Amino acid sequence: MQRIGVFICWCGSNIAATVDVERVSEVIRSEPGVVFSANYQYMCSENGQQLVKNAIKEYNLTAVVIGSCSPRMHEATFRKAAEEAGLNPYMVEIANIREHCSWIHKDREEATEKALVLVRTAIAKVNLDAPLQAGESPVTKRALVIGGGIAGIQAALDIAEAGFEVDIVEKNPTIGGRMAQLDKTFPTLDCSACILTPKMVDCAQNEKIDILSYSEVEEVKGFVGNFSVKIRRKARYVDETKCTGCKVCMEKCPSKKGLNEFNMGLNNRTAIYIPFAQAIPNVAVIDPEQCIKLKTGKCGICQKFCGVGAIDYTMKDEFIERKYGAIVVATGFRPLKPDKFNEYGYADNKDVITSLELERLMNAAGPTDGVLLRPSDGTHPKVITFIQCVGSRDTSGCGKPYCSKICCMYTAKHAMLIREKYPDTEVHVFYIDVRTPGKNYDEFYRRAVEQYGVDYIKGMVGKVYNQNGKLMVQGSNLIDNEQVVIPSDLVVLATAIEPEPSVRKVATLLTASIDTNNFLTESHAKLRPVESPTAGVYLAGVCQGPKDIPETVSQASACAAKVIGLLVKDKLKTNPCIAHPDESMCNGCSQCANVCAYGAITYVDKEFRLGGGKTEVRRVASVNPAVCQGCGACTVTCPSGAMDLSGFSSGQIMSEVEAICKM
Amino acid sequence: MTREEQKENLLRMSGTDVRKCMKCGKCSGRCPAYHEMDIKPHQFVSLLAQGKIEKLLSGKAIWSCLSCMACVERCPRGVAPAAVVEAVRDTVVRMQGANGIRAEDIPPIVDELIPQQLLVSAYRKYNK
Repeated sequence: MQRIGVFICWCGSNIAATVDVERVSEVIRSEPGVVFSANYQYMCSENGQQLVKNAIKEYNLTAVVIGSCSPRMHEATFRKAAEEAGLNPYMVEIANIREHCSWIHKDREEATEKALVLVRTAIAKVNLDAPLQAGESPVTKRALVIGGGIAGIQAALDIAEAGFEVDIVEKNPTIGGRMAQLDKTFPTLDCSACILTPKMVDCAQNEKIDILSYSEVEEVKGFVGNFSVKIRRKARYVDETKCTGCKVCMEKCPSKKGLNEFNMGLNNRTAIYIPFAQAIPNVAVIDPEQCIKLKTGKCGICQKFCGVGAIDYTMKDEFIERKYGAIVVATGFRPLKPDKFNEYGYADNKDVITSLELERLMNAAGPTDGVLLRPSDGTHPKVITFIQCVGSRDTSGCGKPYCSKICCMYTAKHAMLIREKYPDTEVHVFYIDVRTPGKNYDEFYRRAVEQYGVDYIKGMVGKVYNQNGKLMVQGSNLIDNEQVVIPSDLVVLATAIEPEPSVRKVATLLTASIDTNNFLTESHAKLRPVESPTAGVYLAGVCQGPKDIPETVSQASACAAKVIGLLVKDKLKTNPCIAHPDESMCNGCSQCANVCAYGAITYVDKEFRLGGGKTEVRRVASVNPAVCQGCGACTVTCPSGAMDLSGFSSGQIMSEVEAICKM
Repeated sequence: MTREEQKENLLRMSGTDVRKCMKCGKCSGRCPAYHEMDIKPHQFVSLLAQGKIEKLLSGKAIWSCLSCMACVERCPRGVAPAAVVEAVRDTVVRMQGANGIRAEDIPPIVDELIPQQLLVSAYRKYNK
C-alpha cells in the first residue's frame, strides 16, 4: 500500500469558486492509503510546492496526488518538486479538477462530487504507479534546415554562430526564397535584396554551414538527437565545384523560351541559367525540360563555351545520407494562383496581375528594370486598382479560410511606392478590413492614405471586365452605399499565401503534424510556438502560419535557440512512460509497428528457452525507448495484450475506470 | 407574429446563415440590378441580421432583384443574399394573400440548368 498525500489547489477562484475544495480534501482524507490531505490557494506557487515537499518528508509519502489544472500545465512542476523532496517524479498523479471540472460546470454541488471522483481516480492510479527511471540517448551535434529562404537562412546562421554545423537543404538552385523576389520591405522600405543577400553570402562563407541547393529530403529515420536523413542532390548538369558563374553559357544558350520563375514568368530565361544575379551558390543549372541537348542530344553549345569544363550532360541525381540532432522546417509559402476567381479576370487579362508579379515589375533587377509598365503593351499605367483579400478569408471553397496577414501591409507599400515614384498615377485600394497590427504598421498604412493620397474604398470587387482597352473594376463602396466602376489600366490582386505544397511530403517524412490548410502544427500555440509536437523538429516561417519578415526572422532565431539548447547537450533524457512488450505474449504480428506514428517499433528474432534444454527463435516486437512518445496506440492495437505502457499500464487504466464506476 | 418570430421565419425560409457575412460588400459589388434596388444585396443580409423586418418588407427591391444568383456565386463566405431576397419576396406575397405561383403557368419545357429559385421568384414577381 502506498502512503499517499493529496493536495487540492484552489487555483485562486478558478477551482475554488465552483468546487468546495475544503470538502474535497476533508472527504478524501479517509480514503485508504491517504495519510495526508491539504488544500491551498496556489499549489504551483513556491509556498504551495514547499507544502508538497514538506509533506513528502514529514509523512514519508510514497505517492502524491495533486488536484489542480491540466497535467499539460503543471505536471512537470509537481514532478520536479517531488523529486527535490526525494520522491521518484513518476509517483505523482494529477487530477484535473479545473479544465475537466470547475471550468465546465456551474453547479457547485455537482462539481464538488465530480472533483471527488477525479481525485479518487487519480488515487486508484497512483496506487499502481511504480518508480520509473528516464533513460539516455546521445546527441548528434549537427542540425538540418529544410528550406533556404529567410527563415532557413536566419536559423542556420544563428545555429552556426553557436559553433554547430548546419546543412541547408534547398529545393531550388539558389537560396534566398521569396524574400529575394521582393522589391522593398515594409514598414521601413529598405531594399529587400540589400538586406537579404549579405545574409546569403554569410551562409556561403560560414565554414559551419553547408548549402545543399537543388536538393530535397528523401527519407528521415531516427529520432530527436539521432536523425538520419537521406538527401537527393538533383542533377544540375553543371559541376558546382568548377562553375565560376561567368554566365557565358547563358549568353550562348539557344533555348531562350523558358519562363523565368524568379520573375514570376513575366519574362523568359535560357535553358541553362543562374536564377538571379546574387544567387548563392552562383552556379548555373540546366532545366532538363528545356535543354535541347538533353531532349534531343543535339546542341552542346554551353559545353563548348564553358571555359572551365563545368557542364556535364550525363549527371544523375545523387543521394547522400547524413546524421542530425535537430531539424528545422522552413519550407515557406507560395502565392495562391488566382485563376479560379474568374470575376477578377486574371486568366484573361494580362494587366490583371498578382502582388508578387507587381513586386518584380517594380524591381530594378526585374523584367522592366524597375520601370512600372503594364505587361500587355508596355505603357505606363495611369490608374491602378488594388483588390485585397483575393482568396483569403474565403470559405466558399475557392480560397483559404484564413487571413494571409501580410497583404494589407504590402498593398499599402505598393500603393505608396507607386504614388512616390509616379505621382501622376491614381491609386485605388478595395479593402474589407485593413489589418495592420505591428510596430509602426498602422502609421505606415495611414501614411499611404494621408501623405500619399491613396484612395481606400471599403468594399469588395464583384467583377473586372475589359471595355475598350480599360479594365473596368466594379465593386462596392460600402461607406457611400454605392456601386462604383473604376476604369483602370492595371489591376493588382493581393492574393492569399499558402504553404509551399512540398511541405506535405516533408511533414510525412518527419511525422510532424499538419493542419487542414497545410500549415505545420506547433506543439503549443502559446508556450511552445516553434516546436513541432515531434521531438527534435522545429518550425520557422510561413510553414507554421502566415507571417511577415520580422516575425519570420524572430521565429527562426527562436528555433535556433531551441536547436542550440538541444545540441549543447551530450545526452538526452528520454521519457520513461513508453511502451514495452511482454515478449512471452508477443506473437510477432506487426500490428503495433503498423500503427506506430513514430516508427519506434521494430521486430527482432529472439531465442527463447522452452525448457528441457530446447530453444526456439521467435519474432518479437522491440521498442526503441528514445523514439517512443508513449502515445499508447500500440497497446490498444496489440491483439494478444502483450504491449503495455509504463506509467499508463492497462491495469492502471482499468483501476481508474473501476474507481469511477464505484461512485 | 412578433418581430423575433418574423426574423426566425425569414432565416428559416432563406436557409442562409447571415452571421457568416463579413460585410465585404462583394454581393453588391457584383449585382447587375444594383442601381434598381432601394435595398442593396448586402443590406438584405445586414437588415435581417439586425432584425429590421419592417424595413425589409416595405422595400421595393424584391421586385427588381433578377435572382441571377451572382451574389450567391461570388460571396466568399457562403452567404446567399438572393435567398434572403427570395424569403422576403415570398413573405410579402403571402401577406398579400396570394401565392403568385400557378402550376399551369410553368412551361412544360424548362431548361434544367436554370436555378429552381430563379423560376420560383420569376413566377412570384410576374404574378404579383
